[in-house]
Amino acid sequence: MKSQAQLEFPQFKGEALTQLPDDLFIPPEALEIYLEDFSGPMDVLLYLIQKKDIDILDLDVSEITDQYIKYIELMDALKIELAADYLVMAATLAQIKSSMLLPQSEEEEDEQDPRSELIRRLQEYQRYKSASESISNIPRLDRDFFLATTSLPRFKERESSVEISSQELAAIFHEASIRPKFSAHHEIHFEELSTQDRIALILSILNKRNVIQFFQTYEKKEGKQGVVVAFLASLDLAKDGHLELIQNKDSNQLYLKSTNRGIH
Amino acid sequence: MTDFQNLPNIVESILFGAGRPMRLSEIRTLLGSQNMDVDLPNIKAALNTLEERYAGSSIEIKEVASGFRMQIKEEYGDCLYPLWNDTSSRLSKAFMETVSIIAYKQPATRGDIENIRGVTVSTQIIRSLLDREWIKVSGYRDTPGRPALYETTKTFLNDLNLKSINDLPVLPEVLPAREALDQLEAS
Repeated sequence: MKSQAQLEFPQFKGEALTQLPDDLFIPPEALEIYLEDFSGPMDVLLYLIQKKDIDILDLDVSEITDQYIKYIELMDALKIELAADYLVMAATLAQIKSSMLLPQSEEEEDEQDPRSELIRRLQEYQRYKSASESISNIPRLDRDFFLATTSLPRFKERESSVEISSQELAAIFHEASIRPKFSAHHEIHFEELSTQDRIALILSILNKRNVIQFFQTYEKKEGKQGVVVAFLASLDLAKDGHLELIQNKDSNQLYLKSTNRGIH
Repeated sequence: MTDFQNLPNIVESILFGAGRPMRLSEIRTLLGSQNMDVDLPNIKAALNTLEERYAGSSIEIKEVASGFRMQIKEEYGDCLYPLWNDTSSRLSKAFMETVSIIAYKQPATRGDIENIRGVTVSTQIIRSLLDREWIKVSGYRDTPGRPALYETTKTFLNDLNLKSINDLPVLPEVLPAREALDQLEAS
């Protein structure tokens, strides 16, 4: 299985850098360009593997690890900020390398090849890397093709012009000029009756009597406000399932029936 | 139904002026709002007339994910490239890998993308994909942290001249890990 991915080589001073020198010397100025061109440690690894023209499955972890770590050291020496992920990969490689060096005891023979997880991930990454290169080559809007569009014509005026006589204008002006005189101050009174208190009151009544009539939940002297607060409290209680609101078809009396929830 | 002799011209003006893909039904609604009662086959026929009309020209009618649009034929793009070329047309490898993984695995979380790419997905890439309207948040995975699930949009397909997600290149297959391992052991 040869690499499906077409490698894109980084450019340096107008020339494609098609291969890394054997001693892995990279011109310092070029390194940053390399770094920008690699999309992550997996990409670097694939590059190192494919540069050697070997199959991922024949991965010589020992050699690749040495190269990878040299590469990382070089970047570090040049004070290039290394993403932590590059170091994680270095650690992973070193771990695989060390476990391959250890003699395998018979009990451990059933264990997986230490390379298998890395190989699986490299293969998986290679699939998407290759697909992403194909997608990059698909003609793209504003890079390979463009929309045909034109500036819009002048639209006909849709709104009909307003017709107004001088008398109407004068009347409007007069009305607007006297408007400030209509302003007055209002004192806002805060509610004297609280819905919360009423809820507590209704609950305490329902504790003693199972059914009460709605008019029993307010006093006449509380007026309209009393009715509103009592009604809001009843609705609230009904919503939470503490009581049922019942009204007979022929009567206009509203009854509050306790559901006894949470009481017994 | 009234016979509109100039229907191709009317449809042409809509596509030319819209500068974005228009569905047949969208065109019909637009015509209807101007008291032109036209059915879908007639609009399709008008589009065919336009296609014939443009055969020898530099423009074409193209059907993409969000409908029909008028565009400049690709072979005439060269001269426009310098005119429109801006940095936004160059997309990084990391950017393309990210959108590709979302396209094939959707819906996908940042974690899914990081698992494959082996590197943290930068917030900037996700933001610029969202800004481009190439991806959108389709929900949240029901796992701790409730990570956002991303999927590609119709705009992504439109911008690549595609009608459906199935028109994307086929994701290359690899040997399953098990077989790969057997090969390793054999060698």
